[in-house]
Amino acid sequence: MMTSTLTISQLTKRFGEVAALTGVSLSVAPGERVALLGHNGAGKSTMMKIILGLIPATSGQISVCDAAPGSIAARRSVAYLPENVAFHPALTGEEQLRHYLVLRGESPSQAMGLLEKVGLAQAARRRIGTYSKGMRQRVGLAQALIGQPRLLVLDEPTSGLDPVSRREFYALLDDLAKQGASILLSSHALTEVEARTDRIVILSKGRMVAEGSLAELRRRADLPVTLHVTARNGSAPEIARSLPGAILVDGALHLTCTQSEKLAQLGRIAGLGDKVADLDVLPPSLEDLYSHFSRGTVQ
Amino acid sequence: MKRILSTARTEFRIALRNRWVSIALAVMAVFSLVLALAGSAPTGGLGVDRLSVTVASLTSLSVYLIPLLALLMSFDAIAGEAERGTLPLLLAYPIAREAVLIGKLAAHLAILALALLLGHGLAAGVAIWNDPEALTGLPALWRLSWSSVLLGATFLGAGYALSALSRRPSGAAGLAIGLWLGLVVLYDLGLLSAIVADNGGWFTTEAFPVALLVNPADAFRLFNLTASGATAAAAGVGGAADTIPLWQSLASVLLWPLAALALAAAAFRKVTP
Repeated sequence: MMTSTLTISQLTKRFGEVAALTGVSLSVAPGERVALLGHNGAGKSTMMKIILGLIPATSGQISVCDAAPGSIAARRSVAYLPENVAFHPALTGEEQLRHYLVLRGESPSQAMGLLEKVGLAQAARRRIGTYSKGMRQRVGLAQALIGQPRLLVLDEPTSGLDPVSRREFYALLDDLAKQGASILLSSHALTEVEARTDRIVILSKGRMVAEGSLAELRRRADLPVTLHVTARNGSAPEIARSLPGAILVDGALHLTCTQSEKLAQLGRIAGLGDKVADLDVLPPSLEDLYSHFSRGTVQ
Repeated sequence: MKRILSTARTEFRIALRNRWVSIALAVMAVFSLVLALAGSAPTGGLGVDRLSVTVASLTSLSVYLIPLLALLMSFDAIAGEAERGTLPLLLAYPIAREAVLIGKLAAHLAILALALLLGHGLAAGVAIWNDPEALTGLPALWRLSWSSVLLGATFLGAGYALSALSRRPSGAAGLAIGLWLGLVVLYDLGLLSAIVADNGGWFTTEAFPVALLVNPADAFRLFNLTASGATAAAAGVGGAADTIPLWQSLASVLLWPLAALALAAAAFRKVTP
């Protein structure tokens, strides 16, 4: 368990003239949850397919659970959930899972248990052709949970899921990570990634532009903090005078300041006493960080 | 092995729900019955038992029908998975691509075998009911049955290869129909016109037998007609059966399924999802 589950160094992938990935290096330790962020076409799905051995890399070294990507040994220990996962519409959820269980060398009798885990037990004997997108996504999650995968590669795993199901899904991932599974997932829903992953990797145009925990990325980007001050009746103009740079929006004052000025600014607001009805501190969101780092490569 | 069996079971289930099983069974049953009931009509009283005559008719029918059924069942095998988007996930599983193909082949062959069992069973039943002598034709019917399965395997393999090469079901369907027309219909027409033009020269004596043997459908017909000695009941290309030794057509019938499957595996290996 000392070595990392996934090691990628200087990975480059070209489709003819187009560079899909350029010099990407990454390693994922056992039990670590890593989120891969990027625009459409940033290279996330390509990178995942290379890790799975579905497409060959142009250059660079990849080791998946100490084996070559796509080798039978690697495929035994890696679970995959493709983007927009699909199944044969004529099969029922249970039949499809039983088949996948056998393919992984597990007993097909686990199928119902897995479907229960993802909340599909009721629909297990209906054909997948009648399922909604969210239900198909759950079948996809269920098959990714088969066996004891050491690495889960999940491409947009929560697309099509409602907020409650998303939370349940991340709870399942937490359990797997606690048991030592490494998780590499991509997502467009940045807010849900914030709380649920240990590390964030931002890809832009096939290059890795940032990597680290959310706190590290915040520090490095040094984006301004936004403060929302709600004034008591009538005291808004007075507060605005004492807080230079504040803009009045719908009765509340919005102002931004750098990380280093934040405490001083808060002190000044506290000094205004009962003129202030409420105060919200909004740290830069992952969206802000994401566009900050993505923009970096474009310039 | 468990993986192959599970693949076969899943494919069989899909074919059952897509009505392919009932279509194959119904087609074989109807055609076999019609030929068995009309069995003696085309040849009249030839001094051969009734089942042998039916077998000769069934052979001519199988040359067209088995390749068609096999190609219709197989053209979607890989292209369909690619289009539905199920291929990337399947290939991420620890199963060799060859095993996926063998699993699909097992299911599709089982369907063909069931259809043949029903069709040939009905034909034998009708023949024996009408003519007790027909029992002597049973070995010929058995030979037709197993060689039909092998012919089916050949065209299933060819269908998988086309499916892997085209990667889209519509393209694969077009290629499959093209292959069927080319090998089963146009090939013989081409050979016949070449023979007519050649007028007994080098082509007729040297190239023609080879041309028959390299085409799996012709080799199948040749094998069955030579083995049953029923050439008298067959016309056209089948008339050539006398000049080609049995072992040669048998070798072609046995080798083609392996070659087709190897082609399919090679084509599938090149597919990147």
